Parts: sequence; C-alpha cells; structure tokens
Amino acid sequence: MVAQLVRLKLTLMANTLRRSVWQTIGIIAGGAYGLFLVALAVAGAVAGGTVDPVTTGAVLVVVGAVVVLAWCVVPVFAYGVDATLDPHRFVTYGIPRRSLLAGLTVAGVVSVPGLTTALAALGVAFAWWRSPAALVAALVGAVLAVALCVVGSRAVTTALAPLLESRRSREVLAVAALVPLMLVGPAFGWFAQRASGFAVDGDATGPVLRDLAAVVAWTPLGAPWGFAAAVHDGAWGSAAGRLGVGLLTLALAAAVWDRALRRTLETPSTSGSSGARGKGLGMLGRLPATPTGAVAARALTYWRRDPRYSASMAVIPLLPVVMIFAGQGAGPGASVVVLMLAPLTAWVLGFSISNDIAYDHTAFALHVATGTAGRADRWGRALPVLLIGTPLVSAYAVVSTAVTGSWGALPALLGLSLGTLALSTGVSSAVAVRWLYPVAKPGESPLKQPQGATGATMLAQAVCSGLTLLLSAPALTLALLAMLLPSPVLGWVTLVVAPALGVLVLVLGVRWGAATYDRRAPELLQRVQSYA
Amino acid sequence: MIPLSAPTPAGPPGPATAPAAPAAPAAPAAPPDPSAALSLRGLWKRFGQKIAVAGVDLDVPAGSFYGLVGPNGAGKTTTLSMATGLLRPDFGVATVLGTDMWADTDAAKRLLGVLPDGVRLFDRLTGAQLITYAGLLRGLDRETVAARAEDLLVAMDLVADRDTFVVDYSAGMTKKVALAAALIHAPRVLVLDEPFEAVDPVSAANIRDILRGYVDDGGTVVVSSHVMDLVQRMCSHVAVVAGGHVLAAGTVDEVRGEQSLEDRFVDLVGGRKDGEGLAWLRSSSASS
Repeated sequence: MVAQLVRLKLTLMANTLRRSVWQTIGIIAGGAYGLFLVALAVAGAVAGGTVDPVTTGAVLVVVGAVVVLAWCVVPVFAYGVDATLDPHRFVTYGIPRRSLLAGLTVAGVVSVPGLTTALAALGVAFAWWRSPAALVAALVGAVLAVALCVVGSRAVTTALAPLLESRRSREVLAVAALVPLMLVGPAFGWFAQRASGFAVDGDATGPVLRDLAAVVAWTPLGAPWGFAAAVHDGAWGSAAGRLGVGLLTLALAAAVWDRALRRTLETPSTSGSSGARGKGLGMLGRLPATPTGAVAARALTYWRRDPRYSASMAVIPLLPVVMIFAGQGAGPGASVVVLMLAPLTAWVLGFSISNDIAYDHTAFALHVATGTAGRADRWGRALPVLLIGTPLVSAYAVVSTAVTGSWGALPALLGLSLGTLALSTGVSSAVAVRWLYPVAKPGESPLKQPQGATGATMLAQAVCSGLTLLLSAPALTLALLAMLLPSPVLGWVTLVVAPALGVLVLVLGVRWGAATYDRRAPELLQRVQSYA
Repeated sequence: MIPLSAPTPAGPPGPATAPAAPAAPAAPAAPPDPSAALSLRGLWKRFGQKIAVAGVDLDVPAGSFYGLVGPNGAGKTTTLSMATGLLRPDFGVATVLGTDMWADTDAAKRLLGVLPDGVRLFDRLTGAQLITYAGLLRGLDRETVAARAEDLLVAMDLVADRDTFVVDYSAGMTKKVALAAALIHAPRVLVLDEPFEAVDPVSAANIRDILRGYVDDGGTVVVSSHVMDLVQRMCSHVAVVAGGHVLAAGTVDEVRGEQSLEDRFVDLVGGRKDGEGLAWLRSSSASS
C-alpha cells in the first residue's frame, strides 16, 4: 500500500507538471529554494557541531521544535493541508485504515516541503559526526521528527476539519490562533532583555538558548531533536526519556488522526449551511441596478456568506488587537509595529480579490454567457473593497496614531494607508485575470488545498505582492521620510500624493484587467474549468 | 452582408479525415446561413492530444425545436460551448441569427440564452437573487428584472424556495433556477445543454411546456440530450453527433426514417456489443 500511494503521488505530481508550465516553474523554483535552505542548514549545523556541539545541539532542538510546530499549525490557518491524496477518495476501495495511514504518511513526505524537511532533518544529523553513537541517535531522531511533522499536521487538520466547516467555530479558532501570535511580541521582548542581560558576560545568547533548549527538548515537539544531544552528553536516562516522549507523541498523533479520519469517513460532512434562508434581494436590491452594481452586490454577499471569504475577513477586526499587543512587548520598536496596522490592513484587503475568478470557479460561466463587460466585472469586484476598506483603514490609522500618541504621523499614515488600499486593489484587479491559481472550491472547507498547486499559488502571490511592493515604493519612501525626519510638510504631501498614486494604479490596473478580461474571458473560464 | 470567414484556407492540422458521410452534405465552403438561428461552419476544437470537435457544420432553422444527440464524449457540450461564446474554437465560424459569435460577441450573446452543463452557479445566492443577478448582468432595469423574476419563479415552481440558497437546492431545482436565469432577458435563441438531467417528471413536463410555448411564439430552442425518446417526442429537428462529427441532421422524421430514433442512433453511432464478455461477473460462476 505504501509503495502504491507513493507511486500515485508521484504520478499526480508528474501530471500537474505536464499540464501547466507555470506550475512546473513554481515547483522548480520552490524546490531550488528548498534545496538552498537545506544546504545552508546542513552546512551551518556541521560547522557548528564541529566547533561547539553543545550549543549547536541546543539550536537544533529549538529550531527543530519550531519546524514541527509550523508543520502542525500553519496548514490550519494559512495554506490548508495538501489534499493531493485526500483520504476520502479511498473510501470506496475498502483499504484497511492502518495501511492507508502508513501509506499516506510516507506519501506525505513526497512533496516540496516534505522532502525539504526530510533532507534537512537527515542532513543536520551530521552535526554529530564526531560521535558515532550520537550520529545514529540523530538519524533516528530525524526520521521520528519528520514522521511527527507529517502525522502531526494530518492529525491537527483532520481533527479540526469538521470544526472549521461551521462559521462560528472557525471564528473562535481564528481568535485562538491569534493568542500565540500575540505572545510573539512579549516573547521577543523577554528574549531581548535576557540577551542584553547576558551581554555583560560576553557570551550573549548561549546560556539563554541552553535554558530554552533544556526545556524544549522534553516537549513533544523538541524531543526527537533532543535525543541525539542527550546521547552525546552520555545522559542515557535523558536519552531514553526523550526518545520515549517522541515515540509516544507520534503514537498519540497517529491515534488522533486515525480517530478523526474514521469519523469523517463514516459521516462525511457536507457544507455547513443547511436550512439557512436569505431574505429578499439583499445587496442586489440596494446597490444600483447596473451590471457593475450587480457584481459588487454579489461580491459583498459572498464576503459575508462564503466561508472562504468570511474566514479571511474575520481576521481583519482582530488585527488591531494583535498589533497593539505585539507592539507592547517590542520595546523601542513598539510604535513602528502599531503604525503598520493600517497600511497592512489596506494591503490585505486589496490582496483579497487577487484570485477572485478562481474563487467563483465555474460559476464564472454566468459572466461569460451573459457577455458581462470586463469593466463591469473588474469594477464590480474592486468597489466593495474600496467601500469597506476606506472607512476601516482610516479608522485604523487614527486608532494606531492615538495608541502610540504620535499624532504628527497621522497625515502621512493616512495617506499611505489609503494609497495602499487603492494601489493594492488595482494590482489585484490586474493580476486576477492573468495569474490564477486553484483554490478550495465553493462549498469545500477553506482548509482544503487543491491538488499540487503550491507552485502556481506561490508564483501568483509573489507576483501580486511584488508588484504591490514595487509600486508602493514612492509612497512608502515619502511616508517614511515624513515620519522619521519628522517633517509635517512631507506628511501633508504624502496625504495628497500617496492616494493620488494609488488611484492612478487602481484605474490603470482595472483598465488593464478589463481589457484582458474582454479579450480572454472564454480562456479564463476554460482555466477555472480545469481546476475541477 | 457576407461573413468574411469561409473555412480557413490552411484547414485544420492533423490527418484530414473527412467527416463520415453526413446525411445532408453541405458544400464545405458554404457560408453560414444568416437566416438560421444558429449556423456552425467547420467548428474545430482540440484539447491537448484529443480532438473533441472535428469540423462541425450545422444549421438550426429559426423557429425549430432542435435536438442534439450523441453518445458520451461525442463533443455535444464542446460544440454548444463554442456556439454560445463559452469556448473559443480553434477554427470555424458560429453565427446566431446572422451575427458572428466570435467577431461581434456582445451582440451575439444578447440574442442567446444559455444553460451550460456541468458548471456551478453562484450558489450562495438565493434562487430569487440568482435570477435577479442574471437579469442585472444582462443590463435590464430593476422593474423589468423584478417582474420577470417573479414570473419565472412561478413558472419554474420555485416560489416556495425563492429565499433558499441555491446550494441547498436539489439537482432538479438547480437546473430549473439556471434555466430561469437563462430566460430572463427574453433571448431569441435558447441553447440548453442537458436540461432534463436529474429533473423530476413533473418539472420536466412543465419545462417542456414552457419551451414549446417559447417555440410557438417564434423562439428557437436547441437542447442536447441522450434520451432519444424525449428528443423524438419533443423536437422538430435533430442532429446526431459522434466522435466530433455530425453523422446526420435534419427533421426528426428525415433522420429516423422508418426506424425509431433510438434504433437509428445506434445504427449510426455503432458500438453495440453482443452479450459476451464479463463472464466472471455472472453470479453463477462461483470462482474468484
């Protein structure tokens, strides 16, 4: 079963490569980047291990634990788990669940992030090359850690999937996810303080790291990485203990995955919106009765009612809380973090429509069949962002200047934020008709990552963010100069110039998007149909 | 006005296999018929290695109830998609009442109502909202949209579910609401891909009545289906499509001759197997 599933996964990957040049480029770029990181990590670890095995061990434990944590947590909030081998597709084949799980675990390593992690984990084990016993232990630990990454991420996402499909609990979870984020700020502050405290003794980070590693090595996340360190130190009791913790964690994660999988396989959940009823025409009755107005009304309705949109929207009201908390711990950099709130929100809002047509999926056929003009489609999708974004971003700008007490920065900040909103919306309007990538289909869990599309996703998002950043450069420079000099005159200049630039990009972006749309609407439809 | 594009001089690439003996052989260079509701000339579409539609010529007379029948994978959906502006053909011309779909797309689309098969709807809207949305996208004013949406909900028997989200509709209700969305701008030609799939008999009969009334009032309907019986009873004209070619086209009586449409269809398309094979599937053979 393991061999079959790995072969299936490889075939699926090869097929996606054959289907799209862009995905090929994406995967190659991702792979090259991954290999670069691996090489860097292995070289660093081996060099460090030769000079100072103890500190290197501590670093490995902490970094390794973070990697495992990232594997478990990131899919929940960001990308979703790679659903290339969705267990639900194997339901009808009557495969024993035990061999299915084993196969899925091994096949889970066969992906760009999986192989990167595996290579890195095995590579850094050679930090212990001077002590053969520790090297063997490190290799065992590496295998254990990689297994924990894959099984842990599957366990977490499978167990949470039913929860995430209902809107209420997803919002709750979004809040819960922000707690660790909030702690990042204070944690940095604490770390900085301790580090500066030790700085007097000369060696700044070593003792802090060792303290930290000593604790982390006993946690489920760090134990596989701490195993080798304990063997190296000859602390056989600790070694056995850590190995035990690691194995137990793996067993526990596998059990959780198994249980959760059985539940979802036996009672597959359908989209959570049964029985709900709308009232009247909603937004369609309120916005102007033109094609543009209709598209805008439909987009607004979807932001509220489609979990794929509302999930990302739920984060926006929480951003100020996080930023302010994070800012509090950050010491001298505090005000900078808090002041980033409004421009960042503006950017996120604009970015949210950068793949709108893929979100429509084949429902987009209605726009093509009715001959909806590109102008109506593009403006209709852009306007709701601007309508909601303008007051929201302005309010955030005012709030963040009030919190930091830097009223002088308000004109520059307001200008930058409003400019970013328009600019980011404009870039998204253009990018959305050129660089599409598959997303969770309507009605699916927002966590479901479509088959092997990581490359295309990364490319499209990189193009969108890169363009936005590039075009924001003048406004950003102006705003930074106004705030840092500080120069009130420049601040007022920013308030005028940044939005003007933003609106210029908006108009050009929407125009270019509309022209492209008019030329390629059938091709766009064909593209989203291929995401079936 | 003579349409510019006589079939491309270069012709489609690949082996130039002539379409297998069309029943009504149209001269290959004949220009599209401007009086026809739908006139297709040399439509050709390839997906990767697979040629889905290999030179379809078809004239749908205005005022006809036209059936398009063919086995699975015959190219029905691809042909209709190219005729309705949803898919750009590699070669060939499609005109709607004389308007070239791929040269004057907006004007051609205004004449057409389309029910595509296998696409989603904006299903987070309620039934009433979806119909309204289609009407507004067509550029109708609010009053017209409201009045027609009301009539359509009644005609499709969806009044009770007007405020239910389309995602919660049954398959048949979904077809009906999509049909309503295709009708709201009073198109002159209606192209429906598999309109009766998953629709219950009562609703199907109601839809048939609506369509028949529409044809009686001068509209043209093109439906694809693989239910021969239905096409034989309902349609005035029929075309048999297989392997990306039109095998036969004309009035239903012309095409079927003395046979039932179903028998004629099987004759044309071929592929019936006699009952050998799959011996192991018989429950009497106890071997494993």
